[in-house]
Amino acid sequence: MSRGFTAQAARNIFYGGTVFFSLLFAVIVFDTEQRTPQRSNASELTPAVVRGKHIWETRNCIGCHTLLGEGAYFAPELGNVYTRRGPDFIKAWMKSQPTGAPGRRQMPNFHLNDQQLDDLTEFLKWTSKINTENWPPNVEG
Amino acid sequence: MATTQVKYSSQAVSRLYFMGAIALFVGQIVFGVALGLQYLIGDLLFPAIPFNIARMVHTNLLIVWLLMGFMGAAYYMIPEEAETELYSPKLAIILFWTFLVAGALTILGYLLVPYATLAAATGNDVLATMGREFLEQPLPTKLGIVVVALGFLFNVSMTVLKGRKTAITMVLLMGLWGLALLFLFSFVNPSNLVRDKMYWWFVVHLWVEGVWELILGAILAFLLVKTTGVDREIIDKWLYLIITFALITGILGTGHHFYFIGLPGYWQWIGSIFSALEPIPFFMMTLFAFNMVQRRKREHPNQAAMLWTVGCAVMGFLGAGLWGFIHTLSPVNYYTHGSQITAAHGHLAFYGAYVMVVIAMISYAMPILRGREANPQRAQNVEMWSFWIMTIGMAVMVLALTGAGILQIWLQRIPTEGAMGFMQTQDQLRFFYWLRLAGGVGFLIGLLTWLASFFVTAGEDEPQGQLARA
Repeated sequence: MSRGFTAQAARNIFYGGTVFFSLLFAVIVFDTEQRTPQRSNASELTPAVVRGKHIWETRNCIGCHTLLGEGAYFAPELGNVYTRRGPDFIKAWMKSQPTGAPGRRQMPNFHLNDQQLDDLTEFLKWTSKINTENWPPNVEG
Repeated sequence: MATTQVKYSSQAVSRLYFMGAIALFVGQIVFGVALGLQYLIGDLLFPAIPFNIARMVHTNLLIVWLLMGFMGAAYYMIPEEAETELYSPKLAIILFWTFLVAGALTILGYLLVPYATLAAATGNDVLATMGREFLEQPLPTKLGIVVVALGFLFNVSMTVLKGRKTAITMVLLMGLWGLALLFLFSFVNPSNLVRDKMYWWFVVHLWVEGVWELILGAILAFLLVKTTGVDREIIDKWLYLIITFALITGILGTGHHFYFIGLPGYWQWIGSIFSALEPIPFFMMTLFAFNMVQRRKREHPNQAAMLWTVGCAVMGFLGAGLWGFIHTLSPVNYYTHGSQITAAHGHLAFYGAYVMVVIAMISYAMPILRGREANPQRAQNVEMWSFWIMTIGMAVMVLALTGAGILQIWLQRIPTEGAMGFMQTQDQLRFFYWLRLAGGVGFLIGLLTWLASFFVTAGEDEPQGQLARA
């Protein structure tokens, strides 16, 4: 920092830099929005998938699980659980919780009806088809 | 024995915010220890408090107490910087109790009502915003946060408008306004998960790796002005340079969260390049703190506050900078994404940058709010012990989680054939989880030591409070 470099100059660089990078970010986000329908198979986003997402949220699943790697790290990744386990296993698993095995991590039973279980499974099926750039590295998530 | 008073009596409202913040901090850590135990004893507290509920309480308390700490810091700093009384101390007090009661009710809601029932009862079917990590609050709580934030911003902005405008207040205000505006994205929840996730990061990333760094920088600058007596021109220049680097790296650095959630592949380049530069502002904060302390023109009697300030600059760099850098490049993140490495980074970054800066502010301001420039030496000694116990406790936790993460990746992520399953892998990590728990208990002890330091009185041969020795 030479003597000629004042706090005012530093402030102006801050404003200029922030505005420039905010606009650049907005432009790239706009481009991303254009590509998202195709990358996420938005045409297959059925009402059942939307209802399933609502169940996912209102049971706070993210408080234990990750979905596409985001969430809590207490329970398995579910972005690819449809591929790993299949629909029947998912529904049977949800119904049989908690296991009650002493000392083991327990998952609550959310008492979902058949329709809700179908919706949730549809959501996980749709999620498993998102183009995630090949993540996770293997089926274990 | 002369005493020191706050320069403007309305600064006293900050004391309320600091005490509220500390109380919630204790709650956060108690739940944190419970979570650490649940990693080892899976059915602990089940079904009364399942892991997801305890975690929600842990993270939400963190956010609320840090916000409360920021507000307290602003209420302390802004009258002094603007050289005028706060616009409305009464509004500040009303908003404090509103925030505290709303926060407490939300936590009780989490603990006492099934989450789905809570969602149905609070209008989540009308506007669904719940059930997303860190943004789990019911709709009325989210609206309450907006109201409290607007009232707070009105109060502090009006104060600055009628008084002196310094670089520190301008940066602080920009950070706080940015925080409030970005929170509005918490109401955006598209039914397309990919878009949902992208806008979710507008709150989460652009808070902690964006506008919060402005608040952090402003608080650090204020503390350094006060404790070192170095010229404002120099400190202002540092502050602007730090926040410039924070935002020009942090805004596009958002891309490091966009690698594997369905967004285009070009984010791997953008995110890797810009987030690799994100340690720069944190490194500059370290240089800034050491440089200013070296050039100090006075010996401030509050050594504990100095220790927290410099400690924040160092630990912020290690946690946010270094531990962020180790897994930010997309080819590395491909394996570390959503592993215990993320947890390690999250803990050290929050502690080093934001927890420590709020503690530093409290450590500096609280003695003055209690009518003395610094606490008695005995109290400061206890406080400095608490600094080391908390920091070493956190270091143990973070190293344990890093070890757990490396082993998890080795077993579960790297093998292409026959990789170990998630739960089997978790069984292999138990040693690290015990170590993490020990670190967490250590941290709690450090926190209790800090609380105890507030009640330590002077020794017989020492005056009750300290005056400047310079």
